[in-house]
Amino acid sequence: MAKVLMKGNEALAEGAIRAGCKLFFGYPITPQSEIPEYLSRRLPEVGGCYLQAESEVAASNMLYGAAGVGERVFTSSSSPGISLMAEGLSYIAGAQLPVVVLNMVRGGPGLGGILPAQSDYLQATKGLGHGDFRLLVLAPSTVQEAADLIVDAFDLADKYRNPVMILGDGMLGQMMEPVEFKDRPKSKDLPPKTWAATGLVPGKKKSIINSLYLDPLELEANSWELKAKYDAMARDELRWEQFNCEGEYDVLIVAYGSMARICKTTIELLKKRGVSVGLFRPITVFPYPYKQLSDAAQKAKMVFCVEMSTGQMLDDVKIALEGSRPIHFYGRTGGIVPSPEEVLRQVERIRNGEEVDKVWER
Amino acid sequence: MTTELIVAGFGGQGVLLFGKFLALSGLKEGKEVVWIPSYGPEMRGGTCNCTVVVSEDPIGSPIIDSPNTVVVMNKPSLAKFGPRVSPDGLLLINSSLIDTTSDRTDIRIETVPANDIALELGNGKAANMVALGAYVALTKVVKFDTILDVVKENFAKKKEFLDLNIRAVKKGYELAS
Amino acid sequence: MGKVVFKRPKSLADVPTHYCPGCPHGIVHRIIAQCIDDLGIQQRTVGIAPVGCSVLAYNYFNCDFFEASHGRAPAVATGAKRARPDLIIFAYQGDGDLASIGTAEIVHACNRGEKITVIFINNTVYGMTGGQMAPTTMPGQVTTTTPYGRDVNSIGWPIRVCELLSSLKTEAFIARVSMHSAREIVNAEKVIKKAFELQIANRCFTFVEVLSSCSTNWGMTPVEAQKWIEKEMVPYYPLGVFKSPNGDESKN
Ligand SMILES: Cc1ncc(C[n+]2csc(CCOP(=O)(O)OP(=O)(O)O)c2C)c(N)n1
Repeated sequence: MAKVLMKGNEALAEGAIRAGCKLFFGYPITPQSEIPEYLSRRLPEVGGCYLQAESEVAASNMLYGAAGVGERVFTSSSSPGISLMAEGLSYIAGAQLPVVVLNMVRGGPGLGGILPAQSDYLQATKGLGHGDFRLLVLAPSTVQEAADLIVDAFDLADKYRNPVMILGDGMLGQMMEPVEFKDRPKSKDLPPKTWAATGLVPGKKKSIINSLYLDPLELEANSWELKAKYDAMARDELRWEQFNCEGEYDVLIVAYGSMARICKTTIELLKKRGVSVGLFRPITVFPYPYKQLSDAAQKAKMVFCVEMSTGQMLDDVKIALEGSRPIHFYGRTGGIVPSPEEVLRQVERIRNGEEVDKVWER
Repeated sequence: MTTELIVAGFGGQGVLLFGKFLALSGLKEGKEVVWIPSYGPEMRGGTCNCTVVVSEDPIGSPIIDSPNTVVVMNKPSLAKFGPRVSPDGLLLINSSLIDTTSDRTDIRIETVPANDIALELGNGKAANMVALGAYVALTKVVKFDTILDVVKENFAKKKEFLDLNIRAVKKGYELAS
Repeated sequence: MGKVVFKRPKSLADVPTHYCPGCPHGIVHRIIAQCIDDLGIQQRTVGIAPVGCSVLAYNYFNCDFFEASHGRAPAVATGAKRARPDLIIFAYQGDGDLASIGTAEIVHACNRGEKITVIFINNTVYGMTGGQMAPTTMPGQVTTTTPYGRDVNSIGWPIRVCELLSSLKTEAFIARVSMHSAREIVNAEKVIKKAFELQIANRCFTFVEVLSSCSTNWGMTPVEAQKWIEKEMVPYYPLGVFKSPNGDESKN
């Protein structure tokens, strides 16, 4: 298929359809409304169902229902809406159901703003909602990668019977880039959904979609079962990218999503000045590629974490490095996106032994 | 070779479409492209802009502090983006709506009376296409035939505007060539 | 617009609003501010802004204000009123906010008989997010998420909130007014004032639905939009007082 120019939001919506998803439940919110708008037009064309829920609380529970009967289902929202979906997602994780959720993050907390931010990292990666659970979280940094990852997201959700989140930001959603939808063979090794509540027909075990375990031993067993899945993900599903890490570098930048691609330009600019800086970009942010980051950092004198938040992924960077390298942090938030030159100035400062410029204190 | 562009004007002047057509033309020529709008509450009525990058190489940042080309369709945009053109870069001014210019001497400054020409052609709304034609002539970032094809394809369903827009890009291109 | 704004009420802030040209939010704000002035309650009135186009309403009134999360204004109002019954609390909500995400909150606030005033702006769309379907979107109406027109077989009929709330047994004042003509605007002011008076008398829950327009997202001129309210909305959403503690209901 030829490449087409698409907004990130539209590419994700089309990607979901290519992944065989025929169901969408959601609620309008900026900056992702292009997704429901696209799907309200497109899903009827493929015999699917688009439904605008009365709220995100309701949408997340509609997902629970659709996933429970064994269908591929998708929702997308942005920060305040994702907070409301915490309820449904906790039930979905507890009942071990596969769903795909997208968060086009905007600035918060509260109503916040509508411009790009990365301030929901902790919410996304450290258990979104009550109980001992995690989402598998993928963070694309280009429109093409978004279109590819969402197809993988559906497979991963089915494979692990766990919610998978695509973590974007307003910029990725609004940006247009060329995309190619690759014809991919359907994954054969996905387990059949024998657990789905599709009717008690002869020869089938009764299915109960449930997260209630009054017996503490059973509830504990379920929690350890979930934990085993997260360990398997950490073993088998880690994804990351290294950029300009072949040769020597004395600073290693760590950034994800849109921020990472901005840092790539910083690195190109620095190259022209004869300064070599590497980039480590986690693509799965849960599970996190701790060891891979630590290995990459060993070549560097210092690590520089750059985020559109006041320091959220920074916690994972600290965990990865275990104090082995000094860590510097630079963050802009509230919808402010640092430019490549702005990041460059900070790299120069930390290389000179100075602290980053705290522009936000002005 | 990487061309970075910020094109800015009033909401409704068609600057997003200007940018999109450039991105589509780059894509047609097999180049890497990215297009990103300014979005947010300022969209309605206020000023509006988008950034486009066209390159032979993979594109990193879509956020550009100092683009090497800037097109301004109204006065507030000149004040805002004129100072940001990178040294040796190009500033293209819509002289129909902007009676001043930039006092910078380290950049190339060109003008095109985009609205006047569009009005002569029958509809002031085509000013963005006049400016696009001029921009392509000045930068040669894509071939003229490519941009013409993109205009044709995108107005194919709006026949009443097709001819007008073709004449508009052509005229803009000729004037600036 | 019909009525000449001869003098800015002192409860209305002297600032330009961000509303699109022809948007009735500004008129309704002025009406509310006028009522606050006339009733002499500015110093004890607290407003609650929703999430929607009127999210910034707190900038446009000269009285204390909250900004609530999406749909929860009646719950915020309940909290404030229960904590300080001497305050006059009004919530201002759109149709997505009140009749979709906030359905539970409005039904229960009404059913508990909270002594608050809710002004409900029905413009048939989600204005702020770009014109998506609202629970009040008319049958067949095209919006950005009903590209094929609202199909009542699939998503049901538009919700008539006044009628729905009137079915609850708890005493309440429930009325619907419209913005489509000068006459209706004058009437709207009377009805909204009545609602505030009942709250001041600590009588009952008070609710006024205002049929409004969104010319930007409807793709109409403000004048066309007014006609559309009259022709398309009023027959489906009849005007009048649906329920009143004084027993003076009047439907037209
Ligand atoms: C939890 C949550 N979901 C979604 C949104 C996005 N949102 C902002 S305004 C709005 C709709 C408002 O529509 P309406 O209540 O009809 O008011 P109008 O804008 O038409 O005045 C939505 C969905 C949000 N802010 N919070």
